[in-house]
Parts: sequence; structure tokens; C-alpha cells
Amino acid sequence: MAYVTHDDAQSVPLAEVGEMELYHAKSWVTKYVFSQDAKVIAIQYSVTAIAIGMLGLVLSWLIRLQLGFPEVFDFITPADYYQFITMHGMIMVIYLLTALFLGGFGNYLIPLMVGARDMVFPYVNMLSYWIYLVAVLVLVASWFVPGGPTGAGWTLYPPQAILSGTPGAEGGILLMLISLALFIIGFTMGGLNYVVTVLQARTRGMTLMRMPLTIWGIFVATCLALLAFPALFVGAVMMTFDSLLGSSFFMPAIVEFGELLDYEGGSPVFFQHMFWFFGHPEVYIVALPAFGMVSDLLSVHARKNIFGYRMMVWAIVVIGGLSFIVWAHHMYVSGMNPYFGFFFATTTLIIAVPTAIKVYNWTLTLWQGNIHLTIPMLFALAFIVTFVNGGITGLFLGNVTADVPLSDTMFVVAHFHMVMGVAPLLVVFGAIYHWYPLMTGRMLDETMGQFHFWVTFLGAYAVFLPIHYLGLLGVPRRYFELTDISFIPDSVQTLSAFVTVVALIVGFAQLVFIYNLIVSRTKGEPAGRNPWRATTLEWQTAEVPPGHGNFGETLPVVYRWAYAFSVPGARDDFIPQNLPPDQVPTDGSVS
Amino acid sequence: MFVAIMLVLVAVGTVVFHFLSPWWWTPIASNWGSIDDTVTLTFWITGVVFVAIVLFMAYCVFRYRYREGRRADYTPENKKLEWWLTGLTTAGVVGLLAPGLFVWNQYVTVPEEAHEFEVVGQQWQWSYRFPGADGVLGTSAPQNISDDNPFGLNPDDPNSQDDILIEDDEVHLPLHKPAKFLLRSIDVLHDFYVPQFRAKMDLVPGMVTFFWATPTRAGTFDILCFELCGVGHHTMRGTVVVEEESAYRAWLQEQPTFAQSMTEARNGAEDDSRENLKLVLGEAEAGSTAR
Amino acid sequence: MFFFRQIVQKPWVTVEESISDLHGGAEFSLPAAKVGLWVFCAVITSLFLLFIASYSMRMSLADWRPLPEPGLLWLNTAILILSSVALQWARVNARRERIDQVKIGLFWGGGFAIAFLAGQLLVWQQLVALGFFSAANPANAFFYLFTGVHGLHLFGGLVALGRTTAKVRRDGFDMARVRLSVELCTAYWHFLLAVWLVLFGLLLLT
Repeated sequence: MAYVTHDDAQSVPLAEVGEMELYHAKSWVTKYVFSQDAKVIAIQYSVTAIAIGMLGLVLSWLIRLQLGFPEVFDFITPADYYQFITMHGMIMVIYLLTALFLGGFGNYLIPLMVGARDMVFPYVNMLSYWIYLVAVLVLVASWFVPGGPTGAGWTLYPPQAILSGTPGAEGGILLMLISLALFIIGFTMGGLNYVVTVLQARTRGMTLMRMPLTIWGIFVATCLALLAFPALFVGAVMMTFDSLLGSSFFMPAIVEFGELLDYEGGSPVFFQHMFWFFGHPEVYIVALPAFGMVSDLLSVHARKNIFGYRMMVWAIVVIGGLSFIVWAHHMYVSGMNPYFGFFFATTTLIIAVPTAIKVYNWTLTLWQGNIHLTIPMLFALAFIVTFVNGGITGLFLGNVTADVPLSDTMFVVAHFHMVMGVAPLLVVFGAIYHWYPLMTGRMLDETMGQFHFWVTFLGAYAVFLPIHYLGLLGVPRRYFELTDISFIPDSVQTLSAFVTVVALIVGFAQLVFIYNLIVSRTKGEPAGRNPWRATTLEWQTAEVPPGHGNFGETLPVVYRWAYAFSVPGARDDFIPQNLPPDQVPTDGSVS
Repeated sequence: MFVAIMLVLVAVGTVVFHFLSPWWWTPIASNWGSIDDTVTLTFWITGVVFVAIVLFMAYCVFRYRYREGRRADYTPENKKLEWWLTGLTTAGVVGLLAPGLFVWNQYVTVPEEAHEFEVVGQQWQWSYRFPGADGVLGTSAPQNISDDNPFGLNPDDPNSQDDILIEDDEVHLPLHKPAKFLLRSIDVLHDFYVPQFRAKMDLVPGMVTFFWATPTRAGTFDILCFELCGVGHHTMRGTVVVEEESAYRAWLQEQPTFAQSMTEARNGAEDDSRENLKLVLGEAEAGSTAR
Repeated sequence: MFFFRQIVQKPWVTVEESISDLHGGAEFSLPAAKVGLWVFCAVITSLFLLFIASYSMRMSLADWRPLPEPGLLWLNTAILILSSVALQWARVNARRERIDQVKIGLFWGGGFAIAFLAGQLLVWQQLVALGFFSAANPANAFFYLFTGVHGLHLFGGLVALGRTTAKVRRDGFDMARVRLSVELCTAYWHFLLAVWLVLFGLLLLT
């Protein structure tokens, strides 16, 4: 009975937190549109992010059509192509993944999982979403200005980003910078909520080390975002100055098409430092929530505690800290002082150690588990495969020497798609299959789920694995077409066509997923309470889906960590976090 | 069972694809074989880790799949195992990093005897400049650029007078001579890359960057721009011809110096104005006869 | 250290569980709004540190020409200090529950802050009149950038101050709420004053 007996702590008075004041919706508009309920805001964030993500997906199809079948689709001009890759990249990284993980899952799960009634600043939280929406609209508006959206690549490197040789230099780049600035302002409002809610609004008994890893991942990712996004903000504001007011922060003396421009003395490399000081933490802003969620999926569906919980927490914190001192590994061949390479290669490879520990602990969680191969579990397994694959190619690119021939080749494209595209998205899918029953009260359709999983996992793997080898060959990224290059054999074109076909199939599988989301909302099998038999607080609410204020009359009190699965001596293979020790059913054995 | 088999297939398939892939390094043509070695070493170490992890997962999924009445083990952590894994990973990382830094040190240390020449990038073409008899490249500035002086050389600098200018996308390099590639852009970022050389560096306006390499194989190789530089990025190509030193010398002899090109430009300008005059006169004549 | 002690806990060990059950849930014994303000100040600090970093990087390049500091900046700085002092006075009086003094403090704090912003605009006008456009020299551009971003943050603070003033007028008797709002405003004001002193010092020294 070592794990279920417990000292009685009933007499301890509640701390100062008490009941939060809640904003009670007065009308349909304040309940569903200008809502201050984090759960509604989460749905708003998610729907908007997925909608703009669909645009990103369509752009990727157009990119693939051009690469797989050049000259067939002659409505795609080089300018279009560069606009497509730019907008695809920016949409997927910022407006889909960042918004979905933090604005979507963060809003939904933080209050529920830490046992709070809502976010601490609901009004600010609502503003956060509406500013995000405006940022998305400004981004989309860039298609409707003269010159169209910017085609500077998602890295927006000056000088070309604001010069006439790049598409969208007239208005597109300005709208992009404005949209980013708005996104950052909106995100900061949301981020304050996530951080302070985790710090201050946990329920009684919820110590830091009793929080589920999902919360740890989102919490540390939000801290990174709050400190890193200002770098992008600074870069964007300064580039706007250069573009609009003619200042020379990033612009040296330039002769553009024979004409001397009115700039002098600035340095383009400074922008790259700014961009990547944000850009590298951004990778972990996407990855850390995925790390956290996948830990919980694995644990719940393997009916086993996450292996090495403390190491997992430390790894998240250490990765978060280190992510601020590795940025220039994106710049080994940028013309910066070459001696920086020694430092940044070392820090970059050090970050591999805590990351590898996380991978080991995920697989060791499976060891001696009781693994239910549910759809969320399948996605979690696929995440590990693709994440390890994408992670080890990072060791090529982070190790300064091996990066020299590989940088700016398709190897880089394959690497970051695998590690921060495919892998986190697999977690997103797994998480949606896992938490959809909580959000709607119904299960997603299993057959469609199986189809969606296998096509997405195997398809995405088949798309990105071969692309690495094109990079080894020396195929450059961001090339509209590969005509007349002596070292590129015809087989490359065959491979590209194959990749395009598979990518289109994977793309259409996502439509099945969206269909599943819509249909199961009304026709899905009723889930009941806690269908996965999970321990965390979001499944212990008074009603499913959880109502206004989350927990009904009284807030839950937490008595144990989030991973009390298969505890010896207990009757069930899980013990909810809020079940008082004296109420835990035992199996009658004496231990 | 099915899932475990699929995981094994993914691991095996990845390895099979790796060895059967017809897409691989181009045959190397420079001294940077050590870069290839670093990549190969990384493939071996990380490949073993990847296969081991996926196979272990497949085993767990098969061995510990859900069965009625079975109970998972309860082990919150195993410090010894975790520290062992941490130690082994650290050793692996050191094994990757040490050779990498060693080669990088060579990469950033240009040998004394390397001969310098300059690559100039602009949207969307390459041109080149070699030092003349004095062995020194003259100074340059974007402000000097004009139709007559596309390289923007300083006309008052004595060092620039004998600089050899190649206003063409083809450049020749001598075999087995270390070359220091000085890189200069006059508009946006570019990147000079010959895949067979394995070495590259960005061209950044406002500064001169560099890398070095020794061509070790004669032949003609493509130069590609490897940093997005606008709508014509994919058309920014060049050629490098690696040949015996004598052939290289002969080729260099035929190229104009800065002083020559300035004189020609001046004469050309006079010729042009004479041509224009003739044209104007001709038209006037033609007009008068027609009337 | 406190954080460190927590994250080495073993949450599955029974002995530690009984201690953890006593945890109230909040990390700091402060109102959430105060923690929120501190986090927000950390974000602004990150923002201005990055501005300062880019300033010093850009300064090291060849074409840097320093900007003359108009004497008016000294006056503006003094006004901003007065604004902080007035709010500090309001804060002290909020603690002593003297609502009339609080109102006076808020009024003068807001008034001086508006005067500061007007003074900054005047400095801009002077510089433009002297021909220091933002395009002419990176030092000019940085000056406009720094003062502009700082001014925007102060402007945001004025909105919060306005709401606080309204709250004082509306429910001046609920001293707990008033006190919290006044304390938040004051802390933010002091923070922005510190930011301005650092920026001003940087401009003076270079």
C-alpha cells in the first residue's frame, strides 16, 4: 500500500487563490464571438489557424506541382513561385503551428489541466485572439495589393526583401512586417495569460512537479516566445524603417540594376542575427508543446507513467535555455565571423543531449507498458520516428563542417520539414484525436482515423526522406526550376514527380480528417466521461464538455502527480489526480 | 503486430533506401574530402541510433501490446540507466563534434600560398577579377560603378590598374593551387557554390567574405547561386573550368586589364558618338532625298 | 533557488506528497496582476535590450555620426521623473487610504506623462527642423525609433492610468482594488522611467 496510503491533509485551509472572478457572458455575441472563456478562445484560435493552414497546404501543392512537373503548369511564374514558398513557410511556422500550439492547445488545456476556472486575464486573452485574427487578415490582404505578397523567402533577408528584384517589394513586404508585428503584440497578450495562469492560478496541491508535461512544454515554450518574439519585432520595425523612411539599419551602399541606391553603411548580417535570435527559439516554441503533449499521449495510452519525469522536466527547461545561444548555426555560411562557428557548433550539439534523453524516455515509457494502439498512440509513435529522423539530420547541419556543403540545399528543406513540420503536426493530430472527446463529448471516427494516420505518416515520410538525398547531390532549395545543371541527372525529375504525387495524396488525406472533425461533431460515438481513463484534471470535470468555469461548484484538489498509472496496490490502472487517497479503490493485496 | 511490422519496415526501408539511392555526392573535385568524411561519420553514428530506437520501439509495441488483465510496470525513474544513456549520448556527440571542429579550423585558416581572386555577384550574374602583375587587387566601392566601370574599381588606386576583369560567367582556375575566393556583392545576398568543391560562402553587400579550396580534378563545373537573391535566383549560373596551370595562364593572358577596359570604354564611347552622328546624318540624308 | 528546490522533488514519493498537498497552487504570494506586470516588464526589457544591442552593433560601423542631444531632452527627463514621483505619492496615499490625495497624485502623474510625450514630439520637431531626418544617419533613425517605442509604451500606460482614475472615481471606497491598480500603474511608471534613463544615458554617452 506504499503508494495509495496518505496522510490526511484535509484540515489545511485553501490558500489565497480562492474562487476566481469570472466574466459571465450576457448574450450570444459575448458567449461565442467576443468570448472571454479560454475554451471558446481556444476553438477560435484553432479554427483560424487551421483555416490559414489550409491556405498554406494549398500553396505547398502549387510548389510541388511546379517542382514535380516544371513547364506543365505554366501559369506559375518564377515570381509566383517565390511568393508561394515565402507565404507557405511563414503561414505554417507562425500563423499555424505557433498559434495552434499556444493559442489553441494552450488556451484549452492550461486552465483545465492546472485546475483553474479560466485564464487569469480573460479580457486580455480575448484581445489576443482578435489581434491574431487581424494579423491573419493583413497577411491575406497582401495578395490584393499591387505586386502581391512578398517573395523574399520566409527569412525575409534584407536587402533583397525590400528591393525591386524581389516580388512583393512594393506593398507585400510591408504588409508582412505589419502582420508579424500585430501577431507578436497579440501573442504577447496571450502569452502573459499562459505564463501567469500556470504560475499563479493552479489549484490546491498542484505543485510544479505535479503538472502534466503538456503544461510544462507549453509553459516553457511561452516563456521562450515572450522573450524571443521581441527580436523579430525589432527586426521587423527596423526593416520597415529602412523600407519606408529610407534609413540604413540593414542596408549598405547598393547598386541595383546599375542604379546607386540611397543607402549606406548598414549590415544585412545584423538582420540575420536578429531573425535567428528569434528563429531558433521559434523551433522550440513549436517543438516543446509537442514534446509535452506526446509525453502525455504515450503515458495514457501505454497505461504507464512517463519514464523519468524529472529528467523530462529538466530537459524541457535546459533545451529552452540553450535555445537562446545556438541561433547562429543558421548562419555558418552567412559571412559572419567564421570563428563564431566553433562556439555555435558546440552549443548546438550540446542541445542534442537533453533532446536525446527525451527520446530515450519516450521509448522507455513503452517498455513494459500495456500499450493500447489507439489512434493517438499511433500518432505518438509516428512522432518519435519522424522526430528522431529529423533530429539526427540536425546533427549534420548543426555540426559546422558538415553544414558547409548542405546549407541551402534540399537537405535543409527535408530536415526542417521532418523535424518541425511533420513531427509536430503528427502530435497535433494525435492530440486532436485524444482531446476531441473532451471538447465535443464524441469520439472521432476510428476507420477514417486509421486511414488518415497511415497515409499521413507513411506518405509524409516517403515525401521527405528522399529529398535529403537530393540535398546531398547538391540540388539547391528555392529554385524555380533545375534546367541545364550538369550534375543533376534526369532521375531527379522522376523523383520530384513521385514526391509531388505522394504529397498530393497526403494533402487529400487531410481533407478526410477535416471531414471527420465536422461529421463526428454530431454523428460520432458518444465518448462519456474520461474515455481514455486518464488521470489529469481536464477529464475530471463536472460535465463533458466542460462548462463555463470548468469545474462546477468547487475546484478540484490535487493529491498526486499526473502519471499514477498501474500503481501497485490500486484496483484500477489509473488514479485521477484529484481522487483523495482514502477513496482510492485497492485490489485487496497487501504490498 | 501490424504496427510493429510497419515500424520495422520503416527502419529497414530507410537503410535500404540509403544504400540504394542513386542520388549521392557528386564526385569531389577539391581538397575538401574531409568534409565528406565528417558527413559519412555522422551518417554512421546517427544511423545506428535511428535504427536502434525504431527497432526498440517496434519490439515494445509487439511485446507489450495491450492484453486483458495485464498490468504495466510502475517505475517512475531509473537514475542509473538515465545517466548511462546521457553519458553514451555525450560521447557520441563529442565523437561528432571533435572532427567537425577540427575540419572547420582548416576551413577558416587560409594557407599562405593561396592565390587570391575575386568573385563579384549581382542580380543575376557572376563576374570575376584577378590581380594583375603586382599580385594585389585594387580597392573598389559601389559608388564607383558605372557602365564603363561595372566592377566599381577605384580608378585612382594604382593597384587596380593592372587588375584583370572577366565580364563573363566563366572562370578558369589552375589545378592543385589553393585559391582564396574573395566574394563581393554589389546588390543583394548571393552564395557562390560549386557542388564538386563542397565549399561555399554567402556574398554580402557592404563586405568582402571569403573561403578557400584547392581544385584537385580538371573539368568544367557549374556554379550556382545558393542564397535567394530575387526572382531570377535560379538563373544565376556560372561555370568554372579547372585546368593545368599553363592553360590557365594562357587564358588569363587574353583577358583585359582594368586600364585597358577603361581606355576601350573611352574609345568605344567616341566610336559610339561617331556612329550616332552618322546615323543621325544618315537619317537626315535619307529624309532629304525622300523629300 | 526556490524554483530549483521545487523541480528536484520526486512527485511520486509518498513522503513528499503530504507536503505537496499543502501547496496552495500559486507560485508567488502576489496578486496575479502583479506577476503579470512583472512578466510584461521582462518582455519589454527583452525588447529594449535587443534595440540597444542592435544600436551598439550598428554604431561600430564606419558611417556612424552621433546626433546632437537637444537640451529639451533634459527637461523632458525631469518631467518624467516628476510624473513617477507623483504616482509614487499616490501609491503611498493609497496605502494610507487617503482617497483625495490618491486622486491628486494620479492627476499630476498623468499630466506630467502627457507633458513628457508632448515634449518628446517637440524634440522630434526640432530635430527635423534642423535637418536630422531619419534617413540621413542611422543615429537619427535610432533616436526616432527609441523615443517612439518608449513613447508608445508610455501611451499604453496612460490608457491604464485613465482606467485606474475612472475606477477611483467610481468605486473609491473599495480601497483594495484601488490600491492594486495604483500600485500596478506606479510600478509600470518606474519601470518606464528606468528604461528611459538607460536610453537617455546611451544617447548621451555615444
